[in-house]
Amino acid sequence: MIRFLIKGLIRDKSRSRLPIIVVAIGVTLTVLMHAYITGFMGDTMEMNARFSYGHVKVMTKAYAADAEMNPNDLALLDVQKLVEDLNQQQPGMEWAPRIQFGGLVDAPDENGETKAQGPAMGIGLDLLSPNTKEIQRLDLNRSIIRGNLPQAPGEALLSENFSQKLGVNPGDDVTLIGSTMNGGMSIYNFTVSGTISFGVDIMDRGSIIVDIEDARMALDMQDGASVILGFLPDGFYDNHDAKQLAIQFNSQQNYDEDEFAPYMEALGQNSMMGTYVQLSEVWSVYISLVFIFAMSLVLWNAGLLGGLRRYGEVGVRLAMGEEKGHVYRSMIIESFFIGLAGSVVGTTFGLFFAWLIQVYGIDISGMMEGASLMMPTVIRTRITPVDFYLGFIPGLFSTVLGTALAGIGIYKRQTARLFKELEA
Amino acid sequence: MEIIEIKNLIKKFPVGKGEFVALRGIDLNIGKGEFAGLIGPSGSGKSTLLNIIGSLDSPSDGTVNVLGKSVGALSTREAAQLRKSSLGFIFQSYNLLQVHTVYENVEFPLLLLKYDAEKRKKMVMDALEWVGLTDKVKSKPPQLSGGECQRVAIARAMVKRPSIVLADEPTANLDAKNSHNILQTMENLNKELKTTFLFATHDEKVINYLHRKIFLLDGKVEKDELIRSN
Repeated sequence: MIRFLIKGLIRDKSRSRLPIIVVAIGVTLTVLMHAYITGFMGDTMEMNARFSYGHVKVMTKAYAADAEMNPNDLALLDVQKLVEDLNQQQPGMEWAPRIQFGGLVDAPDENGETKAQGPAMGIGLDLLSPNTKEIQRLDLNRSIIRGNLPQAPGEALLSENFSQKLGVNPGDDVTLIGSTMNGGMSIYNFTVSGTISFGVDIMDRGSIIVDIEDARMALDMQDGASVILGFLPDGFYDNHDAKQLAIQFNSQQNYDEDEFAPYMEALGQNSMMGTYVQLSEVWSVYISLVFIFAMSLVLWNAGLLGGLRRYGEVGVRLAMGEEKGHVYRSMIIESFFIGLAGSVVGTTFGLFFAWLIQVYGIDISGMMEGASLMMPTVIRTRITPVDFYLGFIPGLFSTVLGTALAGIGIYKRQTARLFKELEA
Repeated sequence: MEIIEIKNLIKKFPVGKGEFVALRGIDLNIGKGEFAGLIGPSGSGKSTLLNIIGSLDSPSDGTVNVLGKSVGALSTREAAQLRKSSLGFIFQSYNLLQVHTVYENVEFPLLLLKYDAEKRKKMVMDALEWVGLTDKVKSKPPQLSGGECQRVAIARAMVKRPSIVLADEPTANLDAKNSHNILQTMENLNKELKTTFLFATHDEKVINYLHRKIFLLDGKVEKDELIRSN
């Protein structure tokens, strides 16, 4: 009897191949969609973390109150000691002091007169230490358009768009005009070592990247830093862990007595990124659930139609004396194997396409021009362990459920009526 | 010996808030080996009566005993058991399983009876020989003519040597030549195996072959005519 049913299943393409294809397509889309949402949301967060926010950010309590203004007069001091303490308290984490500043970049002509000027967003970070991870963190090597990374003090990177606007090439000098930590005027010369493009519009519009020691010199911030960015050990942001870390760190400080005491803020606690982190958590769950639900309906219907299509066959089998329970069970088992096969195929394809997009990405730079939020211009999926089993929910569960419901319809219908409809 | 005994059979179907009475007090006995037919126009109740005899439906009132079992009292499992072991069905539109071969279609009732492979093979080949289709064992229904399909259906109904074969308009989709071939085949099987055949029909070709004609009108037996006894 089992052989008879298997033969029927294999030979009847609309009973085996077609449902498997439908299930596989549904599961592929589910897996791909989930990996896409995870990747897109995660990429945006990680990019913001790497450039500006870290997974956690340490600054003075006073700086935190006006952090959007980059108030370097409220910056951290004794940074080396603080980093050592942080390394001791959280051994697995990486800590990166940064100076974020604004200023005017002046490009002189051959006579030393101003050729062009433009407002710049500056970042001072560790570019010259032998073991620095900042170059890798910001993927600076791959972002170089012309020239090279700073090799010595006094060298700077300009964003490619900015350098073209100023008419500056690698090897040219530029002057940063800003204000020191103490409110004085700062004028500091840099030699442009190269130009970069991050593929992030807000960064590519006008930025200057210098070694943190140069920034300290320029802004009179010896052993100082605007912020110290912290990155969690596994390299991915975990809102819960980051918040716990911040709460624990802050509980050790006494802000009543010292408004310049270090204050730690998790990415999810940031006024701008916090909303995004919350939304991304909710969105990814909601979008995944909505998609899974939609696919479940499709596959449930496929199962239902598959069951109803076999009304005739069921009628004959019942007339021949096969018991209703046996017919029903055989249909459920059959749909289970179809759902299983479709889910395996769909998950394989879904993971394959997700892997392709994870590796090669989809360029959306055309849509990102003028964006103020730091978002990646190349969308990448991220394959997580969930993707290996997520598709089985609509693939297996819905297919079997659809068949079960279709089967109940047949089950409850009087045999004679089924028989009559069979003749119709 | 009576193998179908029907007393005061009433069958009602709910229609909206009311009900439709399809059978209005049928009294009928069918003996072993009869070649009989329920004859009547559409709506006369012949298919309903055939369904109840075939334990595909149950009576609203009255009793129907088939092979000594009261159809109305059977559970769905017992009804399935009765159909599986003792009843064969032949449908107007053949209702063969399209993806299975002729052999497999005929073998199906024996699989339900859990006969071993060797016994099944012999019984299937015997059945196909009765209907003259031994050369078509590997063919599938779409490759067969209408007449051949109906002969497969007859082989499927007969393969388990049922006591009763119920045939609902078996020639409705066949031309005259094929109809006669089919009816001759069934008549021969009736003679050789003493299987009881009960038809529901209004086809003159079938009616001419019947040994007993039971005319139904508006759910009642209007006339019961014995042409010749077996």
